Amino acid sequence: MFVLTKRIFRSGWQSLTRDGGMIVANIFIMVMAISVITSLFLFRDISQFLIAGLQEKVDVSVYFKYDTAEEDILKVKDKVASIPEVKEVNYVSKEEALEKFTEKHGNNPVLMESLQEVGTNPFLASLGIKAFQAQQYEAVVNLLEGPQFNSLIEKIDYYERKPIIESIYNLTSNFNKGGIIFSIILVVIAVLVALNTARLSIYNSREEIRIQKLVGASNWFVRGPFLVQGAICGFFAAIVCFLLFALLSWGLNSRAELLFPGLGLFSFFTANLWTILLIQLLSGTILGILSSLIAVRRYLKV
Amino acid sequence: MVKFQNVTKIYPPNTVALSDVSFEIEPKEFVCLVGKSGAGKTTLLKLLMAEEKPSSGRIFFNNQDVQKIKPEHLPDFRRKIGAVFQDYKLLPSKTAYENIAYAMEVIGASDAEIARDMAEVLDIVGLTGRAHNFPAQLSGGERQRVAIARALIHRPEIILADEPTGNLDPYHTLDIIRLLLKINEFGTTIILSTHNREVINSLGKRAITLDEGKIIRDEKKGRFIL
Repeated sequence: MFVLTKRIFRSGWQSLTRDGGMIVANIFIMVMAISVITSLFLFRDISQFLIAGLQEKVDVSVYFKYDTAEEDILKVKDKVASIPEVKEVNYVSKEEALEKFTEKHGNNPVLMESLQEVGTNPFLASLGIKAFQAQQYEAVVNLLEGPQFNSLIEKIDYYERKPIIESIYNLTSNFNKGGIIFSIILVVIAVLVALNTARLSIYNSREEIRIQKLVGASNWFVRGPFLVQGAICGFFAAIVCFLLFALLSWGLNSRAELLFPGLGLFSFFTANLWTILLIQLLSGTILGILSSLIAVRRYLKV
Repeated sequence: MVKFQNVTKIYPPNTVALSDVSFEIEPKEFVCLVGKSGAGKTTLLKLLMAEEKPSSGRIFFNNQDVQKIKPEHLPDFRRKIGAVFQDYKLLPSKTAYENIAYAMEVIGASDAEIARDMAEVLDIVGLTGRAHNFPAQLSGGERQRVAIARALIHRPEIILADEPTGNLDPYHTLDIIRLLLKINEFGTTIILSTHNREVINSLGKRAITLDEGKIIRDEKKGRFIL
């Protein structure tokens, strides 16, 4: 058994080294297939980052009547924070609101003059509420509009923001769904391309397979070297792909940072180095072995 | 050793390659299959190697019904047979040495056994100096000697030679026939398919003559009459 396995490996390696053209063509196709699979992994994580960034910007503000005591507002805050659908509640006092306004519009003399004319702090204390899902805001707003808190609240900006919130959540959820469908289609295409390349190269060897069978070789003895070749091509393709992605993420890092602030392509690559390498090696060798296995099958019926 | 019993082979839709063929071959015999191209010689050899199935009739090899051999046992069965073809059918990416050794590798022989038998077989076929050349670097006669060495090395009980001299000049033809006779003298049964008049007439061995898929003559000391 050991002797036969050793011969299968040696024969697979020998065929590869003696047919350099074939190995280059196979590795090239496999690099494309593995690149698609790796891109999907990166696309999924980067899109999650962008979606999270977008959802982070969505919130509902609840403004309290001018004379509401801070103590009461904090009670409301605690109550709202205890709702499981609520992700985060931020309290902004009247003073903080004024501070933020002056910070933001300090350079605008018209606004500043108007503020001085009013004489007092015109801003209302508020709670900024973030929920996990768009449809959960409705329940939170209903609670706040109920008899328990209604008397304290001046205004909730939910109804003004509702269309925007819903469209952002719809967009991100469609983006996720589209991404999954797109990924599946791309993976299928990548696998089919790799399979077809293996079929073409094994088609050229069909006469050899027939001879081997007539000489008395078992199916595994014939099939084995092709699987070894597929695995070796997949392995080398994975290495090429890994280097390619390292280079690309390093080269495109500053441009990506400009487009999406906070998105470090290269740091993302280095943080996920082992996962990416594992995905590439596994997808390369599995794709190589699988495509050879399927392609060689039909010629073994001698 | 080999027995064909009313064997008919029809290729769809209605090409009759063999029609009601019956004969027997004893161990250590040298039998020539004679006939024009398309007479059914190659089909007969393919049926014996279980490469094709007969449409009707039965084929026995050492009392074993060839048609009933399960696919997983076909490699074992084929290792009892050595095959030589007109177009050599060598593996182009392997050297002469590797092509010959392949027949022993498939049976799981050790490297030491292969090296020992290789030296002997290369000497018999006269290829010692060309062992590390690829088929493309060898002449037709040398390629056919490689094919014979491959058919011979695992000591099969029978060698099927399908037009082995079809692509060779008269000098190399004689060379190959001498080699087959030598192998037969060692005790291996030979079935030689040919349409070469000189070969048949000079051999003086048993000749089964086929014409349009039927046996028209089976003589102990056959001559080429068509």
